[in-house]
Amino acid sequence: MSRQFTPKVVTANDLREGDVVYLTADDRWSRLHHEAELIEDEAHAQIRLLFGAAQRNIIVGAYLADAKAGPNGPEPVHFREAFRTRGPSNYPHGKQVDLGKQADGKQVDLTNV
Amino acid sequence: MYSYSDFDESFVRARVAQFSDQVGRRLDGSLTEDEFRPLRLMNGLYLQLHAYMLRVAIPYGTLNPRQMRQLALIADTWDKGYGHFTTRQNIQFNWPKLPDVPAILSALADVEMHAIQTSGNTVRNVTADHFAGAAADEIEDPRPYAELLRQWSTDHPEFQFLPRKFKIAVTGSPNDRAVTKAHDIGLRMTRNDAGEPGFEVMVGGGLGRTPMIAFTVRDSLPVADLLPYVEAVLSVYNVLGRRDNKYKARIKITVHETGRDEISRMIEERFLETRPQFGGADQALLDDIRAAFAPPAFRNAPTDGYDAFYKSDPIFRAWADTNLAQHRNAQYAIVTISVKAHGATPGDATSAQMRVMADLAEKYGHNDLRISHEQNVILPHVHKSDLPAVHAALSQAGLGTANVGLLSDIIACPGMDYCALATARSIPVAQEIALRFEELRLEHDVGPLKIKISGCINACGHHHVGHIGILGLDRAGVENYQITLGGDGTETAAIGEKTGPGFAYDEIVPAIERIIRAYLEIRENPAETFLQTYRRTGFAPFKSALYGAEGGRDAA
Repeated sequence: MSRQFTPKVVTANDLREGDVVYLTADDRWSRLHHEAELIEDEAHAQIRLLFGAAQRNIIVGAYLADAKAGPNGPEPVHFREAFRTRGPSNYPHGKQVDLGKQADGKQVDLTNV
Repeated sequence: MYSYSDFDESFVRARVAQFSDQVGRRLDGSLTEDEFRPLRLMNGLYLQLHAYMLRVAIPYGTLNPRQMRQLALIADTWDKGYGHFTTRQNIQFNWPKLPDVPAILSALADVEMHAIQTSGNTVRNVTADHFAGAAADEIEDPRPYAELLRQWSTDHPEFQFLPRKFKIAVTGSPNDRAVTKAHDIGLRMTRNDAGEPGFEVMVGGGLGRTPMIAFTVRDSLPVADLLPYVEAVLSVYNVLGRRDNKYKARIKITVHETGRDEISRMIEERFLETRPQFGGADQALLDDIRAAFAPPAFRNAPTDGYDAFYKSDPIFRAWADTNLAQHRNAQYAIVTISVKAHGATPGDATSAQMRVMADLAEKYGHNDLRISHEQNVILPHVHKSDLPAVHAALSQAGLGTANVGLLSDIIACPGMDYCALATARSIPVAQEIALRFEELRLEHDVGPLKIKISGCINACGHHHVGHIGILGLDRAGVENYQITLGGDGTETAAIGEKTGPGFAYDEIVPAIERIIRAYLEIRENPAETFLQTYRRTGFAPFKSALYGAEGGRDAA
C-alpha cells in the first residue's frame, strides 16, 4: 500500500555565508552532511522540515534531500547533493578545503555553526 | 567611453544605500527571505549551490582599466581572487557573503558600475558586438544606442515587472557577432536603399527550453525611431505576455501564440502612440552620448616591425592568426585575449590576470577593454607595432593561448559546479574536451569550430547555436549529455539538431572526438569548415560516427 520512504536530511543554505548546512538531531545546523539527522519516517521528515524552515533568520531555502546511511553518518544519494557536500569540481574551493577531512566524514567533529 | 552623469551617479549611490539598508534588515530579521528575495534579485544577488553569487553588469561589454582593476580588487577583498565572465557580457563573483555585499556594491559605484537589472523580470544588461567601434565591417558604433537603451530601461517604471526577463542585443555591423537573433529584441544595423543607416529589428528570439530564431519586424528602422519603437515592442509584450506560466512568459512564446502578423500590427499601432511622446529629448541625449564614444586618437606609425616579427616568430604568428581581427584602421588590430587556456575554466580570470589586461589596455589599448559573449576579453584598439609586446605580456600571465574561434574556445555556463538551476556540470566537460584535443594537437587542423555547453535547459551556454552543442541533463539521477549539431549564432542563425540519445559523463568527450574525426574524414578540403561540411552532408555521417553504422543505440 504505502511505498518505501527514502530517508531524508533537512538541508538549506546559511543566511550570512550562503554555505550549505544540514539540520542535526540535536537541532543544530552543521556544515557536514554526515552530522545530519537521517530521517526515516515521512511524518517526522515534515515536522523536521517545518522546524528547520522556521529558523528563517539563520538559514534560507530549507528542503528535504534524499540520503542513505553510511559508516560515518548520512551520505547523499543524488549527485547534486554530493556536489553540495564538497564544492565545485574546477577549483579546491568550498567545503572540500574549508572543512578539510571532515567533509569526507572521516573525522567526526561536532562543529557547530 | 561614457561617464556617469550626476543623475547616474546619484541613482546608483541611492540604490546602494537602499539595498544596504535592505541587507541590514534581512540580517536583523526585519525582512523575511520571501520579502528580501525580489529585492536582492533586483540588485543582481543570487543564492546558488554553495554560496551567494553577485552578477555585475558590464554595459555592452565595455570596461575601462580602472574598472577592471576594481573588479580585481573586489575579487581579492571579498571573493576568492577571480571572477567569471559570462555569455551576457557580465562578470559574476561566486563567493560573496551577504554582509559584504553592500561594500562590494559601493566599491562598484566608485568606478561607475553596479549590479542593477542583472536579474529579475526587467530589461537586462544590453549586450553589443564586442568589436564595436573597431571592426572593419562596421557601419556605425552600436554602443551609443546601447547606452541610450540602458538609460531608458534603467528603473523604467513601466518595465520593472515584465512577464519575464527581457534581453536586447545590438550590433552595428552586418556580420552579427552579438547573437542578435537569439534575443528578445535583436538590433542589427543595415543601410537602406538610400544608403542611410537603420536597424533591422528582430523580435522573439531566444534559447532556453523553446529555442526560437527572432523574426524581422522591421527591415530598416530609422535610427531616430529606436527608443519609441523598442518601447512599443515592450509595451505590447507587457500586456500580452503570459504571466500565468513562467515557461510561456518570454516574448518568443507571445510572438508564437499571437502570430507574427498580428503582433507586428500591434507593435506598429503602439509605435504611432509612442513616437510623438518622445519629442526629440531622446535624440538630444543620443547626441551627448555619441560624443562619449568618439574614436580614440589613433596613432600613425610604421607597422613593419610587426610584419618582421610575424614572419620570424612562429608562436607569435599562430597567436596572431587566431586571436587578431581586422580593425577599421589598417595600422591597428583587434586583440581577443583568450581566457581559455587548455584545461582552464572558460571565462574565469584571476585578479592578477585582470590587472595585466588593465595595464595592457592602458599602455597599448587606448584604455578600452571589452568582454565578449564568448567569454573572452578584447583589446579593441592595439597598434600593430605594439602587438609583440602585448603578446609577450599576455603569455607571461597565462593569457597567450592561440585558440580563439577554435575547438577549445568553448563557451560553458557555470553548470552544476555553481548554479542552483543546473541539472549537470558543464565546466569539467569543457576542460576535458580542451585538454583532449590539446593532447591530440588537432585543433588547428580542425579550424573554426564553436562548441557551446549548457548545464541545463535554460541554455546560458548557448548550446542551441553551437556548431556542436552540448546540453547536460539529469537522467534518472545520472549526468547525461545531449548533443546538437549545426547550430549557428551569426547572421545566418540556426538552431542545432539533436543527434539522438545522450551520453554519460565519461562518454561525452569520446563522443565529441568521434564527431570531429568524422568531420576530418569527410570534409572536401581543409578550407571547408565544420559548419560548411555539416550543411553539405547533413546529419547522417555524424550520426553514424556517434552511434555506429546501424544508427541505433540504447539511451545511456
